[in-house]
Amino acid sequence: MAAKGLDHIAGAACENKLFEPADSVEYIQHHLSNLTLGKLPYDTEVWTCNKDTAVWDAPAIIPMDTWTFAHGPTQAVDMGFWAFHVDSLGWSVFLGLVFVGLFRWGIPKLSSSSEAPSGLQNFIEMCVEFVNENVQSIFTSAKNNLIGPMALTVLVWVFLMNLMDLIPVDYLPRLSQYAGIEYFKVVPTTDPNITLGMALAVFILIIFYSIKIKGLKGFLAELTLHPFGKYLMPVNLILEGVNLIAKPISLGLRLFGNLYAGEMIFILIALMLTFSSISVGLLGVGLHLIWALFHILILALQAFIFMVLTIVYLAMAHETEDH
Amino acid sequence: MEQSLIYIASGLMIGLGAVGAAIGVGVLGGKFLEGAARQPELIPMLRTQLFIVMGLVDAVPMIGVGLGLYLMFAA
Repeated sequence: MAAKGLDHIAGAACENKLFEPADSVEYIQHHLSNLTLGKLPYDTEVWTCNKDTAVWDAPAIIPMDTWTFAHGPTQAVDMGFWAFHVDSLGWSVFLGLVFVGLFRWGIPKLSSSSEAPSGLQNFIEMCVEFVNENVQSIFTSAKNNLIGPMALTVLVWVFLMNLMDLIPVDYLPRLSQYAGIEYFKVVPTTDPNITLGMALAVFILIIFYSIKIKGLKGFLAELTLHPFGKYLMPVNLILEGVNLIAKPISLGLRLFGNLYAGEMIFILIALMLTFSSISVGLLGVGLHLIWALFHILILALQAFIFMVLTIVYLAMAHETEDH
Repeated sequence: MEQSLIYIASGLMIGLGAVGAAIGVGVLGGKFLEGAARQPELIPMLRTQLFIVMGLVDAVPMIGVGLGLYLMFAA
């Protein structure tokens, strides 16, 4: 196996300075790269910057599999399956904790309920009522106490993750570079691993409740007997199977695609600020504002759609009447 | 040559996606107004449904825009 690594030149100057993109392609690539923790396979060339002489040392070939952070997209690809996007994971967990903490802290104890509720409590009650209304209108016949809290979590969590998109694209990555972190992607929902992971959880719940409510036999019957009757079982299975698989994939990719596109446009607008021209820069600021205002709609809408579809899919899993 | 093909490809992606979404949202909005005119008391319910379907219609061309811009500027 040929050793792969970054294309540096041994003896060329290197400094541990901040990342300065050479052109727009490099700038965009840098913004789209995750902070990846993974296992480098043993044959990989690793370049290190010699701090004393400030030149690249000749590459060392690592003798065994090593867990490390990727320096650049090539290394991230080399890591293969066992690679974690630490920034996406960290932000999503952090925002999940923000959601739980905010809602726990905002709900006062029962004893003080005689007073008029404050702003945050009003907001939380509004969220809960809104979700409750949606769940009630979709879950008409079946009853499941898990769905409401889950829908609230999905709505607020996805919305918070989407909201990170409104932070100007260079702020947090640049700050993290001062802290010595090379790559830093802030919006977890622009990472397909996060959105498809959530969609996979929904998929598992769909199958779990289908089997729990209808029994294994009922679930299989739904997959094989539905559109054309029992004599065309394979055709039914293909149609219903595609239907089933398409649910989590479209759910995850829809959220990812919207946020990715929005982030991409933010990055492209941010590129305008790198030209050394005041008028282009001002135009960039204006475009930032316009796109951010429009994007707020998409952020909230996509979080809402993710929640509604989650409820709808689970309601379909609860339907017991024969077709 | 290759680069110009990429530009044409992303232009097609964004343009055709926009045409599709425009037709879809146009039909959707028209039907919403029709329904609202017939039964104004249903407007809140219809508006919620309108936004759900608009998000669904909007998603695919939006993904196209993202991929198209990626092709044009970063690939």
